[in-house]
This record gives sequence, C-alpha cells and structure tokens, in this order.
Amino acid sequence: MDDLLRDFVAETAENIDVVDRELVRFEQEPNNKTIVAQIFRLVHTIKGTCGFLGLPRLEALTHAAESAIDRFRDGAPVTRDLVTLILSTIDRIKLIMAELDKTSQEPDGADADLISQLEQVSLGLAVYGAAAETNTLATDFTTGSITYQVLERPLRPGEVPLDELERVFRETAADTVALRHPVKTDHAESKLGEHDTAAQIPAASGNSAQGNVPVRQHSIRVPVERLEHLMTMVSELVLTRNQLLEIARRDDNSRFKGPLQRLSQVTAELQDSVMQTRMQPIGTAWALLPRLVRDLSQELNKSIELHTTGAETGIDRQLLEFIKDPMMHMIRNAADHGIEMSEERVRLGKPARGNIHIEAEQKGGYITLSIVDDGKGIDLLQIKAKALELGLATQAELAQMNDQQVSKFIFHAGFTTAQELSNISGRGVGMDVVRSNIEQIGGSIDIATTLGKGTRISIKIPLTLAIAAALIIESCGQRFALPQMSVLELVRAGSSNEARIEHLHLSPVLRLRERLLPLLQLSEVLGLKQASAGETEIAPDWSNAFIVVCQVGQVKFGIVVDSVLQTEEIVVKPVSGPIAHLSCYSGVTILGDGTVTMILDPNGLLQYLGAVVEAHNDNASEEAQQGSITNERTAFLVFRAGNMTPKAIPLSLVSRLEDIDVSSIEMSADQRVVQYRGRLMQLKSCHDDLIVRASGVQPVIVFASEQAVIGLMVDEILDIVEDELKISTESTAPGNLGSAIIRERSTEIIDAAYFVPHFQASHGEATRGQRHVLLVEPNDMFQAMLAPVIQAAGYRVSRAATPEEAAKLAASTHFDAMIVNIETMLPSSFAQMLPERCHVIGVASRATPRLLEAAREAGFSDVVGLFDRQGLLVSLGENMTSFGEAA
Amino acid sequence: MSGSRLLAGQETASHEDSDQLVTLIVEGQLFGLPIQQVRDVFVVSEMTRVPLASRNVVGLFNLRGHVMTMLSMRAFLNLEPAKETSTQTAIGIEWRGESLGLLVDRVGEVMTLSREARDPNPANLDPRWASLSAGVYRLNNQLLVQLSLDNLLSTTLKQAA
Repeated sequence: MDDLLRDFVAETAENIDVVDRELVRFEQEPNNKTIVAQIFRLVHTIKGTCGFLGLPRLEALTHAAESAIDRFRDGAPVTRDLVTLILSTIDRIKLIMAELDKTSQEPDGADADLISQLEQVSLGLAVYGAAAETNTLATDFTTGSITYQVLERPLRPGEVPLDELERVFRETAADTVALRHPVKTDHAESKLGEHDTAAQIPAASGNSAQGNVPVRQHSIRVPVERLEHLMTMVSELVLTRNQLLEIARRDDNSRFKGPLQRLSQVTAELQDSVMQTRMQPIGTAWALLPRLVRDLSQELNKSIELHTTGAETGIDRQLLEFIKDPMMHMIRNAADHGIEMSEERVRLGKPARGNIHIEAEQKGGYITLSIVDDGKGIDLLQIKAKALELGLATQAELAQMNDQQVSKFIFHAGFTTAQELSNISGRGVGMDVVRSNIEQIGGSIDIATTLGKGTRISIKIPLTLAIAAALIIESCGQRFALPQMSVLELVRAGSSNEARIEHLHLSPVLRLRERLLPLLQLSEVLGLKQASAGETEIAPDWSNAFIVVCQVGQVKFGIVVDSVLQTEEIVVKPVSGPIAHLSCYSGVTILGDGTVTMILDPNGLLQYLGAVVEAHNDNASEEAQQGSITNERTAFLVFRAGNMTPKAIPLSLVSRLEDIDVSSIEMSADQRVVQYRGRLMQLKSCHDDLIVRASGVQPVIVFASEQAVIGLMVDEILDIVEDELKISTESTAPGNLGSAIIRERSTEIIDAAYFVPHFQASHGEATRGQRHVLLVEPNDMFQAMLAPVIQAAGYRVSRAATPEEAAKLAASTHFDAMIVNIETMLPSSFAQMLPERCHVIGVASRATPRLLEAAREAGFSDVVGLFDRQGLLVSLGENMTSFGEAA
Repeated sequence: MSGSRLLAGQETASHEDSDQLVTLIVEGQLFGLPIQQVRDVFVVSEMTRVPLASRNVVGLFNLRGHVMTMLSMRAFLNLEPAKETSTQTAIGIEWRGESLGLLVDRVGEVMTLSREARDPNPANLDPRWASLSAGVYRLNNQLLVQLSLDNLLSTTLKQAA
C-alpha cells in the first residue's frame, strides 16, 4: 500500500468515527446547526480525498451521503429513518475502508441501493433545488473576498457549489488539525478547551464528556512503531541504570553516588513520560458506544441512555484493543437483560428511560472500569438453580456462598438464565469469554447485583502490558521468570506431613489443604537433567524443593523448582521465530543483571500435565468415528526420544527391539555402528536432541532386511498399543509424519523411510540393477510406511500419488511392479495404462470380495492387506520370479 | 558483549558484476554472506540456554539490550559442537524482522568477488550442504561457499513449526 493511501485509510477511519458520534448527537439535537456543519464538512473531506486517490465507489457513496446531510443543514426535518439511512451508509463506507486497508483496492460491488435512497432524500425533501441555492445562500452569507469559481459541467443531484462549501468552511469554528490525530492523548485537554468554544457551539454543553467537539491542539502524528521503539529503549535504560545501582551498592566509591542519583531520577521521569505517550484516554474505546446503545434501544424498543465518566483516564493503547470487545458485549447484556421495557419500568416506579453508566478510574497500577445499569438486576435464586442444574455446585456449597460468590456463576462457560435467546445476547457464551479476555491481560472481573435495582460489573486491568511482575525461579542452575498473575502461592516441600510430595504410580502429587495437587517438575519437563547426567537417574531430592502453585483457568497445579529467588518487574519481549513454537515460553526478558531469561507460560506447561490432552479427547474420538482414512486398528510401538513427546512407529515395520551395550558401539566413518548378529548395524539417532548414553545400555529399534540392518536409538521404549491411525496435524520436519492421538496422548508418528533410505543411498552399488517398484498411494502416511518396507527388501521405489502421475512415470521408466492402493483409487483407472511385463499388486486394508474381483478384472496380479508387510513382499517376490527374468 | 561494528566503514554499494561477501570459517571451510545481510560481528560470552529448543538454537544472548537468538553454524552443517571456549564469534543478522546471531569458528574479512568466479553447486555436493549453499566461488587457493540465509533459516523455522 502506498503511503498516501495508508494515510487516507487511517485518517478516514478517525473521521468516520467522529461522524458516527456526531450523527447520534444530531438526532438528539436536531436544531443544532453547528453539528450539521461539522458532519457535512467531514463527509466532504472524505469525499474530496476519494476523488483525489481515484476511489470511484467510495466517492459516489460519500457524495450521496453528503447531499443528504446537506438537507439537514438547510433545516429539513430530522427523522429517525433519515439518521438510520445515513448510519447504514457510513457502515458501508467502513466496509469499503476495511477492504481498502486489507487489499489496497476497493471491493467490487455497487451501492446503488443506498445511493438512490440518499438521492431521494436529498431531492425529495429539498425545499429548493441545488441550483437555486447557489444564488440565495451563497451571496447572502459569504463575506470577504471570494472569487467566483465556475464549474464546467452541470451539478450532480444534490452537489454543492464551491462557494457554498467555502461558506461552510468559514462558518465552522473547529480546526481540522484536531481530526488528524492518531494517538488521542488529548481528551483531557479538549475537555478544558470546550469552554473556549462553548460560545460558538451552543448545544455542546448539553451532552456528556464523550461528545467533545474537536478543538485546536498542538500535537503531531507519530508512527506507533516509533513510540514502541522509544519504549523499548527506555526499558533498556532502566535496566542499565539498575545494573549501575547494583554496582554502586557494592562499591563504596562515593564519587559516583551523586551523579548516579540524578541519573536514576531522570531515568525514572523519562520512563514515566514515555509511558504517558503510550497512553490513550479510555474514552477512545467508547467512541462507538453511543451508536451501539442507540441501535440497541431501537432494536429492543427500549429507551436507554448512556452516561460516561472518566473518559480521560489514560490506558496503554495495547490494552485498549483488548477491552473494546468485552465492553461492547457487556453493554449489550445490560441493554438486553438488564434494562426493562419502558412500561415495566414505569409500573415499578422507575423513570421510563433506562440508564447505563460507564465509569473509568485509575487506582494504583490498575484501572477500574465499571458498567452499571439500573435495570432489573440478576435473580440470585435463579442462578443458584441453574448452577445446581449444571452441576457447578452442590446444595450445601450454595448454602454457604454469599451473594457475590453466587453471582460469579454467570462467568462460567455455558451459563445463561435468559428464558429465550435474543438476537443480541443470551446464548450463554458471553460472560465466560469476557472473563477469559480480561484475565488474559492480567485483569479481574467482579459483579455486584441487587434484584430490581440493577447490576454493576467492575473490571480491574493493569495500566500496561509491557511491564509485568514476575517471580524469578531457579531449576538446575538456570533461572526462569514466571508471571506473577498466575501464581497463587509458594509451598516449601518438606518431609513433614502437611507439605509432603507423594507419588501415585509415577506422578508426583502434593496434598494441599485436603486437595490433591498435580505436580510437574520443571527440570524434567524442560529436559534440564539430561544435560547434566547421562547415567541412570538418581531419585530426585524433593526435600528442599519449592512448589509454585499456579492456576490456569480452572486448573490448579504445582511446579517443582529448586529455589525461588525474588520478584522482579520485567520487560516482556516476544520469543523469536526459531523458538516460537515452544509452548512453554511466553516471552523473554533481560533481568537486572543483564542475563537473558525465558518467561515460562503456565498455560503451556499445563499441557505437559496431560490435562489439555484429556480435554480434547472427546472431540478426537468423535472425529475418528466419522470415518477417517481407515477404522483399521494398527499396532504401534510407542517410545520416547529427545524430548518428552511420545513417538510411535507402526509395529509392522519393526524387526526387533534391542538394548545395546554402549561400550560396544564403535565409530566408523563418522557413524555409530555396532556388531549385531554377525553383521554391522548402523545406529541412527531418532531425534536431534537425543543424547547417546555414556554408559549402560541404549535402547534401539532394529529395522532389518536381507540387505541391511539399521538401528534407531531412542531414550526409552514405552509400550505397544493398538489404536486407530489418524494423523491430526501434519509435520514438515524430516523424519516426522505428523501427530496422532494414540492412547489418548498426542504422539508423533516417526517416518521410518527417512531413516532407512539414507542408508541405502550411501551404499549406492546395492541399488544398481535392482528391480524398480512404483508405489501409487495418495496418502503420504501410507506411502511413507510402505516405501521403507519395499526398499528394505531390496527394491528401488518410486512414488506417485495419483493414477495420472503413475501413468506419466510409467511412460518414461520401466517398472517391474506397481503397488496400488485400491481402496482409495479405482482399479479400473489403471486398466488402460498397465505397462508390459509389469505386475500390479493392489493393497487394501480390508480386501472385500468386490474389490478383489474389480482388481482381477483390471488385470492386477494380486491383492494383499495394507498392513500385511510379509504378504506384500512375498507377493512381490513371487510375481517377479514368475517372469523368470534374472536381474 | 564487546561488539565491534567492523563493517560500518566498508563500502556497501556492490557493483553490478561483483558481490561483497563477509567471509566466515567453520571447520576450516570458507563461507561467505552477502554484506547487505550482515548487521554486525560480535563476541559472545555468556548465553542463556533454551531448554527444548532444537539443536540449531544454541541460546539467547544479550547484545546491548537486544535479545539475539543464537544459531550454530556447526549444527547446521551437522558437525560436532565446538570445544568449549570462553568466547565465540558470531555474525549478527536480521531475517524477516528477527534478530539472529550465527555462531561461527572465525570471521574473516570482506571480499569483493566477481560474479564470473561463481559456480552453481556441484552435483555431488552433500545434500545438506547443497541446501545451504547459494553457489560456490572459485578463489585462488580455495573455494568459498556462499550461504543462502533463506534456505538456512527457513528450514530451521519450518522444523520448529
């Protein structure tokens, strides 16, 4: 996108927001000429720029809107329909703008519907035509020297002559600078400034804070990136200062003390003011709310008024984005469920018009945001009943809860007490999403409600995201940062009864206040131990460990660490690309002493507990039911290598499992080999991170064929399981086919073909004069499974995914045999292309009689089971020799 | 952390028929990186290990307040890690907005090489090497492999993902 267009998009977005707000105000004060002039001028600016940039669709639309607004300016009566029409026009403009922002081009389509309506408004309601207007108004009202500008074509319907525009511009008091303001740090000032302009804007004082008319300000447009950069640099400065202070504390050289003190002060001040630049008044997130409330009250046929206080409260612009949606949601809730119908309100002795208040206030390092309505409140008895029904609490538990605890049930997923669903809210997927959004940014949410009086929802959010409080912990000599907001408490593990670590099978747990807390050991999860010792594991010494109790969502768990060092304010930096895939880290930071430290993500760590895997289980098995590749159960060898994720390989490919004495491993040409049953077996590492043991035995999976033996070194053989084969995520990493859920655990499927052909390639002479087999199999997984089997048996393998591809290959190369998956591809599609002296063998996971017949008809030599490795090789061998052609 | 902007004064404009390469040496082999891709050369002291990261990622390093992700050239070439030394040399690069450091055995000089001295990868080159190489320059007494950062790093990132 070129700069001009980008600027236009940014500027127009702001302009449209202003227009939006003004229109609602205009509806309330139809006689306020100043507002009309404002709106008119804004729409005109958009239109003018469109023409300049060559955006015909947008231009036509804004032109029509401008003409219609012009009618209001001339004193035409304002009806709700008119305002609604203009609002929907603006919605359309926004739509086009969004597309422009994304693709730099106007979307296809026409706006004839809106334009014709708008034109009807501008012509039909006009007191006089456009031409007449020129003569009367322009000459009457314009003062000063104006050169008459002649337009060389007739005016379009509703188009305004230039002189008329000139007049409007002169009469409007506001300054355009105010509208070109990306970082709106100036709402506080504009509030003060309002008094200056009050004389010219007689009706402005009638509304609350968000209705400010833009006034003259001294500010410049600065790209957000530059501010971000400034912020980072200041953060670094703070860290460097901390380091200096640390040195000065140890060193008693008093000459430094004075200047350092000053540096410290200046740095703190600088940090403060840079933080200020990131701040935007929270009111900018409220800009859309008046419109929302207006639409809602029309839709629901309720009379609702919105009040705001504290719009000038500053908040980090990053956070502003986060709270926009939750806030809209809560307003919808309040309007739909909270506020009663007008008649109902009157009957209850309340004013007919309902009120929604939004209040913002800064307290300490937090901002409190409240959404208050004076509606019917929430019936706690109803909530209790619902909670019982959903099994969230027992009768006894409910009896002990206070009102606030009970009302908090509405933040549970799937909780709604609305009798009927409405278009606006009440589907029970609202408040829990709001809560998780707020918690995501380190905030909390609270609710207080009185039946018949109303509801107050308070949200507490931190001022900024860039700096977070963290607990610095240590494990195996390495330090990590853990965000403090997810830490509940610290427990010192001891031999005493109240904080003793126990084991259930292999899983460590802690008894904490009559509850069992699952534990995970950080050093184990992160594989820190392996690095220090390759020999047999020493039972971990739990007696001096610390347990950091964390909560993620509803799950509580403990992280076992060696020690807890201190808490520190850290500057969160993103994780870089090569390590971004590791879910256990949420970022990196530089500590006060200059060392780089990983920030742990409790949510990511939780996955190692298996809790998340379990949660997904239901979905996964359901999917498997809905017919995947095959429902055939396959036997898998499950093992561990390199990291904690279990890995699996189809058992049919494995010849033997061996424990190889490490001392018998020899090096030959940079490769590990071992003498095995009178032959030399090459050893390969299954995973880059696998550490070959220094002593003892190394578990090895053996793949054997008549020609070669390959050993795949792993850390530990876990199990042999039979399960359905379903690759859920595909991997691009070599040696890895993807992940599947085996025995309810996410497991990596290892590509045996990756390890075996390497061997073959390095013994090039073996492949010469070999029989050539073409494997036609659309499924990568099966292709990868079958290919090594055939290769290992001494055939050369080419692969094709479709019959067409196979035909192409067969045309140029001679194949001795072709193996075709006849379950996924019709045998008949091969009938036309069977090359001479080539045997075609069909494979299928279940060879039904019908399939067999179809294959025979198509000229196939044989059909064998997809997982019948031996059968396939026998069939290949038999058919080859039946030709009697020695290689 | 004593980074030296050794390249700042160098002439960066490359002529049409020649390339300027920063040379580096790994296991005795000479490699080259186009000078436009190199930000600085620095000496690495203490790094923070990243548990569970792939073998290519050696650790994180604080370079004047920037967190650099350090990648090992030796790991890319499937070589054993270098013997533990207190300091190592690295080349700072920026790739798709990421600040990365490439640990090498030694950094050489900046060479201006004629395009005519460049050959495509020989057919019998080890596939692993071939995937990292953007071509080979014939120097008087040795060969220089021009590294392709895109290939080098996109495979790392793909494996990571």
